[in-house]
Amino acid sequence: MDYFIELFFSGLTRGAIYALIALGYTMVYGIIGLINFAHGEIYMIGAFTAFIIATVLSILGFPAIAIFVLAGFAAVIWSASYGYTIEKIAYKPLRHAPRLSPLISAIGMSIFLQNYVLLAQTSDFLPFPGLIKDFQFMEPIAHIVGSTDLVILVTTTVVMILLTCLIKYTRIGKAMRATSQDRMMARLVGINVNRIISVTFVIGSALAAIGGLLIASHIGQINFYIGFIAGIKAFTAAVLGGIGSIPGAVLGSVVLGLTESFATGYVSSDYEDVFAFSLLVLILIFKPSGLLGKADTQKV
Amino acid sequence: MITFEEIKRSLLISLWFVFLTFPIMVIRVNSIEKIVEWRWMNILYVAVGSFVLSMVFRYFMKRKEMQAGAKDDDQDTLGQSFVHKILSIPKYRNMLYGGILIIATVYPFVFSTYQINIMTTALMYVVLGLGLNIVVGLAGLLDLGYVAFYAVGAYTYALLNHHFGLGFWIVLPIGGLLAAFFGILLGIPVLRLRGDYLAIVTLGFGEIIRLILENWGEFSQGPSGISNISRPSLFGLDLPLEQAIIYLYFLMILLVIFTIFFVNRLQDSRLGRAWIALREDEIACQAMGIDKMKTKLVAFSLGAFWAGIIGVVFAAKTTFINPASFTFLESAIILSIVVLGGMGSIIGVIIGALVLILMPEYLRALSEYRMLAFGAILVCMMVFRPEGIISSVRRTYTYKPQKNSNRS
Repeated sequence: MDYFIELFFSGLTRGAIYALIALGYTMVYGIIGLINFAHGEIYMIGAFTAFIIATVLSILGFPAIAIFVLAGFAAVIWSASYGYTIEKIAYKPLRHAPRLSPLISAIGMSIFLQNYVLLAQTSDFLPFPGLIKDFQFMEPIAHIVGSTDLVILVTTTVVMILLTCLIKYTRIGKAMRATSQDRMMARLVGINVNRIISVTFVIGSALAAIGGLLIASHIGQINFYIGFIAGIKAFTAAVLGGIGSIPGAVLGSVVLGLTESFATGYVSSDYEDVFAFSLLVLILIFKPSGLLGKADTQKV
Repeated sequence: MITFEEIKRSLLISLWFVFLTFPIMVIRVNSIEKIVEWRWMNILYVAVGSFVLSMVFRYFMKRKEMQAGAKDDDQDTLGQSFVHKILSIPKYRNMLYGGILIIATVYPFVFSTYQINIMTTALMYVVLGLGLNIVVGLAGLLDLGYVAFYAVGAYTYALLNHHFGLGFWIVLPIGGLLAAFFGILLGIPVLRLRGDYLAIVTLGFGEIIRLILENWGEFSQGPSGISNISRPSLFGLDLPLEQAIIYLYFLMILLVIFTIFFVNRLQDSRLGRAWIALREDEIACQAMGIDKMKTKLVAFSLGAFWAGIIGVVFAAKTTFINPASFTFLESAIILSIVVLGGMGSIIGVIIGALVLILMPEYLRALSEYRMLAFGAILVCMMVFRPEGIISSVRRTYTYKPQKNSNRS
């Protein structure tokens, strides 16, 4: 039973991280109908920025909690800037191009960013400093739920609530929803669509950066390639929940995280990624609109 | 031409990029030995580089807008019309073909084994590019897991050769057919999906195949791969190494010619026209009575077939394969070939393959930056020239009024 609970929580933690990345995919897809392939790379850059800043600060002798917060801020700021810039360079000029063009451009961006980090930094796995110290009160259940897991779950929950409030109750959130429903109409009622798209990319990238920071301190090592796999898995989660739907992305991520955790725990850990991909293929075959998505009909 | 305003904007952009690339480009840390390395010179490179690039970017955007404004399809850039002009005159075309054929024949006797090997690799990518061109360029299905079929072909030969001692010539069609079968198997459920989903599923499929090859040790010998695969034999004769390489080179030349011929014929066939129509508008296509599923499936499996064949050749050429040869990057390279050359254009794809494969081989110093360049090429091509180096020319039928007809 302990093993089951342990797997359950580890799956939940995974799901939480996937959710942070999947939200970026789903939001961008909801607004411009593009699969932002480079999103996984944004997450990787977030993790790298956090790593670099955290190491510099720890050499300078800052306390652990300050390092964690500052590195987090840096990761969010830089990732958001990257997201903004990528949109301006690779997607904005292709707003009216055929569907395939922005997708290829996104793949190109993803390859470019991976190799940019590879060349500017290193191809080795880098040890990420353990920024989250074990809490005293977690001692009795530490063998089931680690302190890092707790931090991840709490942070993700808070971020989700903030995001929901942002989208539901603020002016910009309303504009985002309007743009995703009908871009033309949104423009007619005076919404600056280009700015909304930029904002979406910035928010999505910031979420991915938080995910990057959290997973790096959870797993303890980073590499220029982590964005690729994480990106595909988060995308799987987004599709699973119904792409374009924000609660769907969270639900899909949790389902994916749990599936992976139980499958690796009870079946085999060699095929961890195969489970995720097979799940993706199965969903797309049997329910392409996802768990919470709306089936879209093609009109002429 | 260049106004003060533009320089100011470019300066701002270059400042923005200095900020953007600051942590990754400037700082390098070693968290174990606690050393921070500050590479301040990189700021300068980034600043100057992004300044120049932003000027170039703006120039091209302006030109693109002007072209869009003029909207004159006949007056495309010089290079393209030049190539097509040559090809449209039979005399020059035959001379060009003859020249290429002579160069191709003489090549292995002039250059060293190393050069021949590189050329054979480039030719393999030509065929791979042409195969993917059927799927992406003609039928408009973005396949990101193309390398999976390549792997199927390579492993078919490796395993059949390893366990049963089957020769190259027997396995060549088997490898192709098996890959095509996998294409159909994957295609049936997946081809119902819309374009971008298809891209992701094929990507996932490619990764699944690679992961299975890596982890299922009893079947594929895992990451250590299969070695001592026999080279192709000439009517049952085993050739010494140097001649085997030349032999393989000519084999590839023949395969390339066959592929070009095949794809060229295919393009103008009923099927080829159906693909192009499907790419342009699915709904209209269905209304015209084209079986969407079947047409797509044929494209998908034909593409897979070529990949399987080249997979067999690849295994025979290197005599050693392991899953590391079949990563997503390989798919990305083949896709870059198709996109760079011009989707749907045969000459474009050939030139694209030769440029992308030969260039890094001869510019060894730049080979580190190869993938970086591939990524940048994909983005730039999509932004500035989505039709590729040499865009495909649609067959057009012009109405010529008959002058000497005596009808009154």
